[in-house]
Amino acid sequence: MKDHLLSAADLSRDDAILVLDTSAEMAQLTEGRSVKKLPTLRGRAVVNLFFEDSTRTRTSFELAAKRLSADVVNFSAKGSSVSKGESLKDTALTLEAMGADCVVVRHWASGAPHRLAYSGWIRSSVVNAGDGTHEHPTQAILDAYTLRKHLGSVDGRRITIVGDVLHSRVARSNVLLLATLGAEVTLVAPPTLLPVGVEHWPCQTSYDLDSVLVKADAVMMLRVQRERMNAAFFPSAREYSRRYGLDARRFALLPDDAVVLHPGPMNRGMEITAEVADSDRSVIVEQVTNGVYVRMAVLYLLLAGGRE
Amino acid sequence: MSWLIRGARVLGGEPTDLLLDDERIADVGRRISSRGATVTDADGLLALPGLVDLHTHLREPGREDAETVETGTQAAALGGFTAVHAMANTDPVADTAGVVEQVWRLGREAGYADVRPVGAVTMDLAGERLAELGAMTDSAATVRVFSDDGRCVSDAVLMRRALEYVKAFDGVIAQHAQEPRLTEGAQMNEGELAGRLGLRGWPSVAEEAIVARDVLLAAHVQSRLHVCHVSTRGSVEIIRLAKERGFPVTAEVTPHHLALTEDLAATYDPRYKVNPPLRRADDVAALRVGLADGTIDAVATDHAPHPVEDKDCEWDAAAFGMLGLETALSVVQETMVDTGLLDWAGVADRMSARPARIGRCDGSHGRPLAAGESANLVLVDPAASRVIDSRELASLSRNTPYEGMTLPGRVVATFLRGRPTVLDGKLA
Amino acid sequence: MSTPAQHERLAAEFGGRQVLDERDIARALTRIAHEIVERNKGADDLVVLGIPTRGVPLAHRFAACIADAEGVSVPAGSLDVTMYRDDLRLRPARALEHTDIPAGGVDGRVVVLVDDVLFSGRTIRAALTAVEDVGRPRAVRLAVLVDRGHRELPIRADHVGKNLPTSMRESVKVMLQEVDGRDAVVIAEEQP
Ligand SMILES: [Zn+2]
Repeated sequence: MKDHLLSAADLSRDDAILVLDTSAEMAQLTEGRSVKKLPTLRGRAVVNLFFEDSTRTRTSFELAAKRLSADVVNFSAKGSSVSKGESLKDTALTLEAMGADCVVVRHWASGAPHRLAYSGWIRSSVVNAGDGTHEHPTQAILDAYTLRKHLGSVDGRRITIVGDVLHSRVARSNVLLLATLGAEVTLVAPPTLLPVGVEHWPCQTSYDLDSVLVKADAVMMLRVQRERMNAAFFPSAREYSRRYGLDARRFALLPDDAVVLHPGPMNRGMEITAEVADSDRSVIVEQVTNGVYVRMAVLYLLLAGGRE
Repeated sequence: MSWLIRGARVLGGEPTDLLLDDERIADVGRRISSRGATVTDADGLLALPGLVDLHTHLREPGREDAETVETGTQAAALGGFTAVHAMANTDPVADTAGVVEQVWRLGREAGYADVRPVGAVTMDLAGERLAELGAMTDSAATVRVFSDDGRCVSDAVLMRRALEYVKAFDGVIAQHAQEPRLTEGAQMNEGELAGRLGLRGWPSVAEEAIVARDVLLAAHVQSRLHVCHVSTRGSVEIIRLAKERGFPVTAEVTPHHLALTEDLAATYDPRYKVNPPLRRADDVAALRVGLADGTIDAVATDHAPHPVEDKDCEWDAAAFGMLGLETALSVVQETMVDTGLLDWAGVADRMSARPARIGRCDGSHGRPLAAGESANLVLVDPAASRVIDSRELASLSRNTPYEGMTLPGRVVATFLRGRPTVLDGKLA
Repeated sequence: MSTPAQHERLAAEFGGRQVLDERDIARALTRIAHEIVERNKGADDLVVLGIPTRGVPLAHRFAACIADAEGVSVPAGSLDVTMYRDDLRLRPARALEHTDIPAGGVDGRVVVLVDDVLFSGRTIRAALTAVEDVGRPRAVRLAVLVDRGHRELPIRADHVGKNLPTSMRESVKVMLQEVDGRDAVVIAEEQP
């Protein structure tokens, strides 16, 4: 593995399988144990640097780091120097001076983790916890982990990703990682919400959800913000959910063993109905649990060893 | 003081002597006797007319932390320029006779290059009301070029009126062609790479739609339009068509759009963030051909200094723009001369004669190197090469996209009205 | 007994000499299995945990051996100690081996840790901490096929198949059918 995890494209097929296998061991080592803490990262400092609110991702990384006995510092844009306009660079220099071994960064700007990793401001490992509309690689790994648990293997499976691909870092990372793992990915969205150049991505695209669902082994619904209709990406929330939402009728089109994923937080009634979200083939809650194992695996693989 | 330049190859021709005396070129020929002049040996060097930049951001008044008229014109002289057109987007905006005269006077006092202020088209660049274009023309700065550069005059009626109005004093509207709604929040060229990097796309059509509209407007009102920093193949094609039809249109291209492509954005390093954005290799090829065949009239630097903190940050948060004055000639040599697309006479035409004509530099710039002309010239060593180190630049800012790159050619000396501003590659 | 031809092949592969063959290993394992039961006064409450890689098949062999002799089934599993090692930073992070704790857990039981070679003792130190995180056994014992000496920690084995005095320059290689396709123990000079 590289020193940083910035993009799902940083993972070769072997790397990706290593992370998934390691995640499975992490689950094994903590599930049902009286002591859920492992001593592996004792004395290492992990900084959660969040320029954008995300309690769920921050908590997941925090728990993962603490289960590995790392010291965890939360550095958030609210209530810190960041909100007073301290630059990314100055923040990075501060973290370097404090001796951070790993910076987990969530940022509103695409590429900010890349800047942290390669501008020479800090020496620590950088983990991208979601940057702008770019990528969210640990989310993709936890999705792949969840899929592997339910489907056995991801290789050759048909995975459908539905919704606001244009603004989705989850979609970008998932397409890259799932393609690396040999899945056949199909993106479904109105043309306005597919990025220019998507035809060069390692996946198929479709505007017709029904025809894709009947062959899907899994379907991942992306969050769609209602406000997008104000920028004319679609006419109304109602029309969007009628054409691209996962409701009971569409759910019935899926093969019997197909599963439903959602990276959260959900817009119930928009991209997914409550009925589908709460069905027994929805693995949405499990994704959250798996997120901790996957992040433990990533932190272990980046931090436990010596740098090459 | 007079200077005798020995053995310079004028426009790349046979070695010739040039005698500069009392602001003018006194004599051009073989074995001119020194007659007490200071002799400088120009063996192996090219002589070109002093370069004229149609598009320079000197940042003064307002952002003296990024550049001043003095440092900007020092950079210009080191790049071989003897005249620069200073863009209007200063603070306060150059939308009154007072501001343009101030900038013009600062240029005179510094003495490194003639500063030709560009006047704003609209008050405060707001795109709502015309600035007092006539007053700026009649001022000591004798403004002829008007531009809201940095912003597009997107209102079609306002653009039409501006074009019509400047006919009274032979002015030209230099349009920064950027359809604002199509580029809200845009960060880089729209395409597969932008989609992958998660950076908001800046489509070619946002430029081409304005270029198309404006060439038609210029033809309709028969007034001069100049298109700033053309960056796409489509724009080149529209301008070519407009010229074939005899529309009164001129255009410029920046050195960086001749040399660099969008791929550099994959580093997320904002030194490559510029407006208009770097495009694809196909666009670069079209721009080079367009410059070679004269569709594009001029190379203009769009020299845009920014302090370190505006570039040492996230891509989205960074300012648009690149330094250009001190590297322009080298980049043109690499992309146009060394590729065989343009000879040195062509370079002199695109970097001196035509920009001077577009800017109406009243006979003192962009003239041939002949006896009786103003002694504005540059001596260049085309065989030299150098590694660009931003710390060595005269500009106050460091945002060159060529950091660490090896570029051909070196400006050895620049003369402004017979007086050296640069000697031995250093400020005189 | 291995044939002379096998001897030569092993010597060629490892540049070393074979010190235990298949029969020696089988004898040693049977003896240890009996010792374990004897020491424990029966097979009740035993859990045998092998340390990956080669401790795991050994643990299963012990369990089978005890089951044969005593007619009771002994739970066997594996315990990866990578996450507990004190030398992680000396190398790039390595892949984890599988941990498989038998369903009954370890609380109140006697855990027998099994490894192929006992050397510095650091692996066993890590294993003791790892066991602690799994639960609270009544006792922990250690069984190894080979003890080659050179301890760096105050740790000793309860059951040893063979003591092999070695020099630090030598390496001891245990090969097992399940992993390597044959049973043998070979000593070779470490490559300089
Ligand atoms: Zn501009």
